[in-house]
Amino acid sequence: MARIFAYIAHKGGIADDAAAELAAAARKIDPATSPVAVVTGWGAELDAVCETLRGSYAEVWKIANQALAYPNAELVRKALVNILPHDGIVLVPHSHFGIDLSPGLAIKMTSAFVSDVLGIEGAEGANLKLVRQEFGGQVSAHVACDSSSGAVLNLRPGAFKSQESTPINGIIVDKSADVGALTAGRRYLETIVAEAGDVDITKHVVLVSVGRGIQEKDNIAIAEKLADTLGAAVSCSRPVVDAKWLPKSRQVGSSGKTVKPKIYMACGISGSFQHLAGLKGSPFIVAINKNPKAPIFQVADVGIVADILEFLPELTSKVREIKQVSV
Amino acid sequence: MEILVCVRRVPDTSENEIQLNTAGNDIERDDLVYSINEPDNYAVEEALQITAKAGGSVTVVTVGSDDDEEVLRREMAIGASRGVLLSDESFDGSDGKGIATILKGYVHKGHFDLILTGVQAEDGGAQIGGMLAALLDYPFASLVNSISVLDGGKLRVSREIEGGNKEMNEIDLPCVLSIQTGINEPRYVGMRGIRQVASLEVPTLGASDLGVDASAVGDAGAKVKRVDYFVPTLGKGAEMLEGDREEVIAKLIELMKAKGGLN
Repeated sequence: MARIFAYIAHKGGIADDAAAELAAAARKIDPATSPVAVVTGWGAELDAVCETLRGSYAEVWKIANQALAYPNAELVRKALVNILPHDGIVLVPHSHFGIDLSPGLAIKMTSAFVSDVLGIEGAEGANLKLVRQEFGGQVSAHVACDSSSGAVLNLRPGAFKSQESTPINGIIVDKSADVGALTAGRRYLETIVAEAGDVDITKHVVLVSVGRGIQEKDNIAIAEKLADTLGAAVSCSRPVVDAKWLPKSRQVGSSGKTVKPKIYMACGISGSFQHLAGLKGSPFIVAINKNPKAPIFQVADVGIVADILEFLPELTSKVREIKQVSV
Repeated sequence: MEILVCVRRVPDTSENEIQLNTAGNDIERDDLVYSINEPDNYAVEEALQITAKAGGSVTVVTVGSDDDEEVLRREMAIGASRGVLLSDESFDGSDGKGIATILKGYVHKGHFDLILTGVQAEDGGAQIGGMLAALLDYPFASLVNSISVLDGGKLRVSREIEGGNKEMNEIDLPCVLSIQTGINEPRYVGMRGIRQVASLEVPTLGASDLGVDASAVGDAGAKVKRVDYFVPTLGKGAEMLEGDREEVIAKLIELMKAKGGLN
């Protein structure tokens, strides 16, 4: 069986949460494997990450280079192509960095590439049996991947449960000398931090969250009326921000805000994994969607098949009635 | 600036309930509503906005079959100068690398300064742009949500990273960018525009026209193959509230009270 490598991203000297998930995924490919952690970077932060990782990985490959101080995917790719064996299996989180890195890495290593893998059902020889989702998560697919000349797999964050492991005393192998020349046609300039919005959706106990099902900007008022009645805030999913119906600061998801309400009302939201990644603290999820096949119904606590444009106003008036009676 | 935009025609997941066929090897494609892959539409709009300022023209290309010509015409109707269909029996069953290899064949037939793709397709995985860039040895940036043209054959692009933050980069031309939704406001397609391009020719190019080795693409060259489809069970599933509207609302309100969301 080919060796398995886990590319570990890090920030501020702390390894990405995915480090343990990638190790768990590696063991799903080959229960006997001892995956190798691969870390690129520079200076004390890189050293700190390697030191942490050798508590859970038997072998940590450290790739230190000043040009890699910021993870520019093109530079990281060039370093990895020079260092990793091309018949290896490389696991990378399907994050904004993994999306940037992995397709090109697979081409340069002449390896197979599978994106956004959320399940591994094992391997028969070099043939990996993987699970992906298609069509917004409405259906899943088994995918066969021939890894005989290597494979790069982007794994969906959160899809692989990390296992408790006893601390080990792994070794750090310094591969920095093999990096080769590092120049790129793309240069990192700076990071611009998102602006704070008018409403802080991270602080609310109840969120009335709207998706594509709200259909047009004028209908946002329907959700606002319900939110006002409940003392809640209106948040949303990505298509609503793309359409400029609500500002970016209202978006829940991996490219938006992470929220932790007690009750999350997903109204006309299909429930992509990028959206659900923004929900923390196990809120009680109420899903209202006119498509009974919407993936949100698989993760919600309560589901209602209805057109939100009819349902929400009726719910609002009923809640108002109750509140008036109790006052 | 000469810009190539790679597009795809896909079932529109916001308009369709996707179901499996009885054999389980594909989705039920009868009666599906197809449209251009949403991020691709933003990519075409961005290309049109860039050429409106910087000059040049926009070419849209897709790998597919005759049915896919409609999305090329749609993009021509909003301003793309030409549409090109890459179609060949040997292309069937291509994996991501196969599609990227076919597109590379077309890129080499022209002189493009900039190549755009949508960030991902409904059934794909954010892979074609990055693969195409690596095959061409062009620089690449994914998840791009703004582009400005700089002097000296360079662009300034921002990438959408976690938490709504933006990673700013400078990138040399020619390059490949994958475009994130929300980068602009795509224009609407009018019936008049569709009629105006109805008589324009959309050339079809096959493997030999593109200099593509038929054994390197399609099913023959694919290392990644879909085996079957199934309906996922991610969680335990929601308790569905059924009955007439009044009952459903009453039940929901009780639950929300119990969970501390209504008092």
